[in-house]
Amino acid sequence: MSVSSQEAGAAVKAAAPARTSKSKGRRAEAAWGYALVAPTGIGLLVFYLWPVLQTAYLSFTKTGPFGGAAEWIGLENYREMFSDPEVGTALLNTVEYTVLGLVGVPIAVVFAALLSRPGLRGVAIYRTFFFLPVVTTPVAVAMIWKWLYNGDFGIINYLLSLVGIEGPHWIADPATALYAMVVVGIWMGLGYNLVIFIAGIQSIPKHYYEAASLDGAGPIAQFFRITVPLLSPTIFFISVISVIGSLQLFDLVYVLMGGSSQSSRANPAFPSTETIVYLFYAKAFQTNDKGYGAAIAMLLLVIIVVLTAVQFRLQKKWVTYA
Amino acid sequence: MRRSRVLVHVLLALGALGMVAPFIWQFLTSLKTLHHATQVPPTLAPDWRWQNYAQIFDLIPFGQQFLNTVLMTGARAIGQVLFCSMAAYAFARLRFPGRTFIFGIFLSVLMVPPQLFIIPQYEIIARLGWLNSLPALIVPGLFSAFGTFLLRQFFLGLPVELDEAARLDGANPLRIWWSIMLPLARPGLVALGILTTIWSWNDFFWPLVVNNDPEKMTLSAGLASLQGQFMTDYPVLMAGSLLASLPVIAVFVVMQRQFVQGIAFTGTKG
Repeated sequence: MSVSSQEAGAAVKAAAPARTSKSKGRRAEAAWGYALVAPTGIGLLVFYLWPVLQTAYLSFTKTGPFGGAAEWIGLENYREMFSDPEVGTALLNTVEYTVLGLVGVPIAVVFAALLSRPGLRGVAIYRTFFFLPVVTTPVAVAMIWKWLYNGDFGIINYLLSLVGIEGPHWIADPATALYAMVVVGIWMGLGYNLVIFIAGIQSIPKHYYEAASLDGAGPIAQFFRITVPLLSPTIFFISVISVIGSLQLFDLVYVLMGGSSQSSRANPAFPSTETIVYLFYAKAFQTNDKGYGAAIAMLLLVIIVVLTAVQFRLQKKWVTYA
Repeated sequence: MRRSRVLVHVLLALGALGMVAPFIWQFLTSLKTLHHATQVPPTLAPDWRWQNYAQIFDLIPFGQQFLNTVLMTGARAIGQVLFCSMAAYAFARLRFPGRTFIFGIFLSVLMVPPQLFIIPQYEIIARLGWLNSLPALIVPGLFSAFGTFLLRQFFLGLPVELDEAARLDGANPLRIWWSIMLPLARPGLVALGILTTIWSWNDFFWPLVVNNDPEKMTLSAGLASLQGQFMTDYPVLMAGSLLASLPVIAVFVVMQRQFVQGIAFTGTKG
């Protein structure tokens, strides 16, 4: 009895230094953890997190035309923003572009379903073709389409003329410019969405399809009854990404409308295509009104948060999680 | 069954044609004289006017801009793979107080649209005297919440036995990260490297804003400046836009499998 308690005491004594070395090891592990996180952590803090707060602060200030200290002006930028008709137009254009851009999602789903047909040959080749626009520099893409859309010499209007249609001056015509941009946007994004949808379809268990075809369901019924519902979480994800991306449209407007802002504004279709981020660029970096630009950025953040929240609300109605 | 297979191929081929036709037209136009390019009705046959490509180098410092773009892209890709994998390893494997909280902050960066960073980033760069320089293009792009998140997910999927064993052998975390995790995580690192390469190469807003000296611009911005001045010479514009996008298209074609896997990974795990 006494021997065993002695033994126990010795065991406790032996365990004590082990425990402190363990806690030392834990402290060392924590130190390593902080050290390894530090480079990215500090970089994000300096270049991303702090700037967000700074932007929020800037939106309440006005900077002189030659820089210098920002002057606190309270809600003045926001007041100006809500009464600025250009902001209203840009907002409407952006929302219209975003909503129409969602048409690209079902198109990608259909092509992904076609590419996922069992035993299909040439999948890799098709995929490469669909992916080319995704990896091409957006500025280059915009230039190519600007040439295709050219009202006088463009190939699109020539092809239309063959069937007796006189095409408009697409990107120089206020009635068509936004739609022309939507087409380019969908064209550019199709391959990216496609790849993610293909991955999503691959994770749908094969036996669902086998059971359905035993029940006599054809490929189209299978598409609507199996692929679409089981893919709905991915469709939801892509829709959210697509909306967030569309709301930030800039490159296409910049290049399609003519490059520098002077030549952009010369394009009669410019007011119908100016987006919120283009306006942000123009205010913050061309008229050099950083405070007003910051207020526009804050507005964009609010819109993104609200629209994403709405999408998450709506998803309960149509997204099925297996 | 056979008829439906033919129909599938017809639909896919039409789609693929819609994707490729603009590039073919770009290429054909890039080899025409301005006179031929603006002819109605248009002709298919190019004039093989390779001078259009040479002319790009006269209009903008194309070689210098190409180099700037390569350096920006390379530095960002290497930096991100290195720094993100360090942080990702710590988040996935090491225990330290505040880990979840710090990771949550990293994630919050992902939710914020870039326009909210850009003005203050610009001011930092301006204050450092870096406007119109290579560091302006590179430095903010070295850090990525997305890359950290992507690689953390990747590390979490790797078996813990190997690094546990190394730890019992007394290897410190830096060593384990470098000589065990990095080799194991190669597919993830390659995916992040390729994604960063393509995104950086195509990045437009930031380079446009910080570097407006033609000698310091990247290709995207240089190309955009070209169309401002020589808006009507479409054959030359097509040649320039083809040259500017060719390197990254080549990277994609060579590393297609890894790239597509990387994209699919972000979509399914993100």
